Amino acid sequence: MVLSPLSKRRLAQFKANKRGYYSFWIFLALLAVCLFAEVIANDKPVLVKFENGFYTPFLQSYPETTFGGDFETETDYRDPYVQELIEAKGWIIWPLIRFSYDTISYDLPEPAPSRPTGKNIFGTDDQGRDVAARVIYGFRISVVFGLILTLISSIIGITAGAFQGYYGGKLDLFMQRVIEVWSSLPSLYILIIFSAMFIPGFWTLLAILLLFSQVSLVDVVRAEFLRARNFDYVRAANALGVSNHTIMHRHVLPNAMVATMSMMPFILTGSITALTSLDFLGLGLPPGSPSLGELLSQGKNNLQAPWLGISAFFSLAFMLTLLTFIGEAVRDAFDPRKTTL
Amino acid sequence: MADKLLDVKNLSVDFKTTDGAFHAVKNVSFSINKGETLALVGESGSGKSVTALSIMQLLPYPLASHPSGSITFEGQELVGKKETFLRTIRGSQIGMIFQEPMTALNPLHTIERQIGEILKLHQKMNEAAVKKRVLELMDLVQLPKLKDRLNAYPHELSGGQRQRVMIAMALANNPELLIADEPTTALDVTVQAEILELLERLQKELNMAMLIITHDLSIVEKFADHVCVMKNGEIVEQNATTALFSAPKQEYTKMLLSSQPRGVAKPAPDISPVVLEAKDIRVHFPRAKNWYGKVTEVVKAVDGLNVTIKQGHTVGVVGESGSGKSTLGFALLRLVNGQGQIKFNGADISAYNRKQMTPLREDMQIVFQDPFGSLSPRMSVAEIIGEGLKVHRANLTPAERDELVVKVLNDVHLNPDTRHRYPHEFSGGQRQRIAIARAMVLEPKFVVLDEPTSALDVSVQSQIVDLLRELQEKHNLAYLFISHDLRVVRAMAHDLIVMKDGVVVESGPASQIFANPKQSYTKILMEAALNLKARAA
Repeated sequence: MVLSPLSKRRLAQFKANKRGYYSFWIFLALLAVCLFAEVIANDKPVLVKFENGFYTPFLQSYPETTFGGDFETETDYRDPYVQELIEAKGWIIWPLIRFSYDTISYDLPEPAPSRPTGKNIFGTDDQGRDVAARVIYGFRISVVFGLILTLISSIIGITAGAFQGYYGGKLDLFMQRVIEVWSSLPSLYILIIFSAMFIPGFWTLLAILLLFSQVSLVDVVRAEFLRARNFDYVRAANALGVSNHTIMHRHVLPNAMVATMSMMPFILTGSITALTSLDFLGLGLPPGSPSLGELLSQGKNNLQAPWLGISAFFSLAFMLTLLTFIGEAVRDAFDPRKTTL
Repeated sequence: MADKLLDVKNLSVDFKTTDGAFHAVKNVSFSINKGETLALVGESGSGKSVTALSIMQLLPYPLASHPSGSITFEGQELVGKKETFLRTIRGSQIGMIFQEPMTALNPLHTIERQIGEILKLHQKMNEAAVKKRVLELMDLVQLPKLKDRLNAYPHELSGGQRQRVMIAMALANNPELLIADEPTTALDVTVQAEILELLERLQKELNMAMLIITHDLSIVEKFADHVCVMKNGEIVEQNATTALFSAPKQEYTKMLLSSQPRGVAKPAPDISPVVLEAKDIRVHFPRAKNWYGKVTEVVKAVDGLNVTIKQGHTVGVVGESGSGKSTLGFALLRLVNGQGQIKFNGADISAYNRKQMTPLREDMQIVFQDPFGSLSPRMSVAEIIGEGLKVHRANLTPAERDELVVKVLNDVHLNPDTRHRYPHEFSGGQRQRIAIARAMVLEPKFVVLDEPTSALDVSVQSQIVDLLRELQEKHNLAYLFISHDLRVVRAMAHDLIVMKDGVVVESGPASQIFANPKQSYTKILMEAALNLKARAA
């Protein structure tokens, strides 16, 4: 890929912000790890060698009879009897953490929530589920949710802002009033009403939050388009007879992207925080799903078990700090007045 | 010499940048005696302003640094001194005037506060004494009308008045040295002459030393006792003004002196087909609306103009800023909407919509003033020039398009191998050539040139003028040449329109108007712009 000199300079600026640059790589690494959460934390083995065949239980379900058991149902690999059966004629490779987010341990040394042990390194929550596994899955769902929400709301926000700013006039006037009315609504209450009307799931929540988060970019993009449509090179393109859509896309949008790119990491943190707060209030993802917000609320309800609150707090704080650092570096990269590295 | 006021020796200035240190000024030495005027002349980027700012020690330290050199003012070293000490010098012993009076004045302070602040700071005057001194200063800078309006804010003043206020601020504490950084560049021609006269008179009256920084050689010739010609951070030549102008030693100085656009337009055949004819062009912008959205007040940017442009001819449009010159150009190209009839190649285009205009755009093009703003920074030169071809010659293959781009770059005397670079890698003059190439690649019949030379350095201006003339001859183009610079207009235009406040003051063949202006406004304009050159002629 050939980078324009401008992009090269920006890349150099981004790298020059060491804190943000390293945060970016740490975040990418964490994201990559969490995307493969099933291999890291699962109650099913990654690979099983039994007799002459290899089995991948984390991808496929095998009835217990495969391994010489009694039941036609899916194998419970945590059952010591099954483990003995398999290990007699092969071996098992387990994930790092032998719990999935919904694995309930019944053999805890104390009533749940139980304190951290060698087996449950962050302890268990009030239903006997492993906190470490739930943090990993929760991190993944938060980040994926945030990324999708940011992406869709950016697309909507940029398109709306572009049309308003470029054409101006009555369209702009009308849309601006709609946005003003819309953004003055108390979003949390609306969210509560919505989640009472619909059964909240990943995609419904996404749609509801989208209604509010897309507004944030409209103003910025609109302002950039409003400014740029009077630039000489836009005038020159007009004089060349270039169509409006081409001008918007080729000449004006790159300007607006600067503002957009520097806002995006902050929209991402906002999205994650919004999901977390809904989960905390119990209005978010359906019960049982791994979520940092739900873990936080468990921490609040079980003050005698500080490992709940502490793990949720640190994982959230760490993620949001990383994103904020990345955001600062991106902002530096796009700052035209910043001349020194 | 005993009366040496300012002595700069071996001064260098470095800036830290992303690609290592940038040497903005290299080993510059000069001195100013009491009551003397020294001019620093050079193109933009030659380090003039940086030199001036380092005298005041106003550079962004520690980003900037002085690897070598000393600046002594009345025997005191200024380089590396503490802020507290420097503050006693700045504004009290050395005054400074900046280029743009609008941004150099605080928009939230009245002029009385603006000027009074300096007096209070340095002389610890009380309110009554401050008031008295401010009134004195108003007389000094010839603003008697403002004496009753001391509570006026900068935006209520005209450009010339603002610059006078700036001068009053700089003079408030009777400084021994006045640094004027391009004091007239941002002003209209008629105002320029007045401000220069004022500065000259004040200098004699107050026996100040003055350091003028400018790119305009005509100012230098009229004002300065000594001249330092700067190029790329170095002083190329310094000498007494008369000696330098009569016998420049260095090639660069000779080039600067000879590079001013001179001469008159080459005659064009009288009988040639009319390309564009516009009658009674009016462009009004709404200024105020009542509650129902009805326009109650309009700005008449262009009010009833007639223009006829023939093939191979140039119509010059001159006037001060705000006179509606550029709006006229945009209106003729239908880039802003106005009333009146526009006939292009015989067809009435005044009611065409965007779609109907598109095929015509091929034949009518525009070149803008600012070559930095008119080229999209994110597109390569080939993309910029090829964009019009994509619209109007959609059937061309990429290879054919590239061929045309190469050809037009040759036409504007740019190396075609540079077509894959981005605009920021080019100098101002080269960028203007690219902008011209973008207009020319479509082989238009009519081109609006909106101050195509104003943003360029003097040495480049004449090259661009030559290029435009050459292209006109080659392709038999019709130009509408908009400019406030009468020298350039004289070199280009066959016919002339003098505009003021949206209306025509005088129009006719250029040679006639230049030889014998009829209207008083035209006379003032000509005098202001050309009398500075009187000595050269």
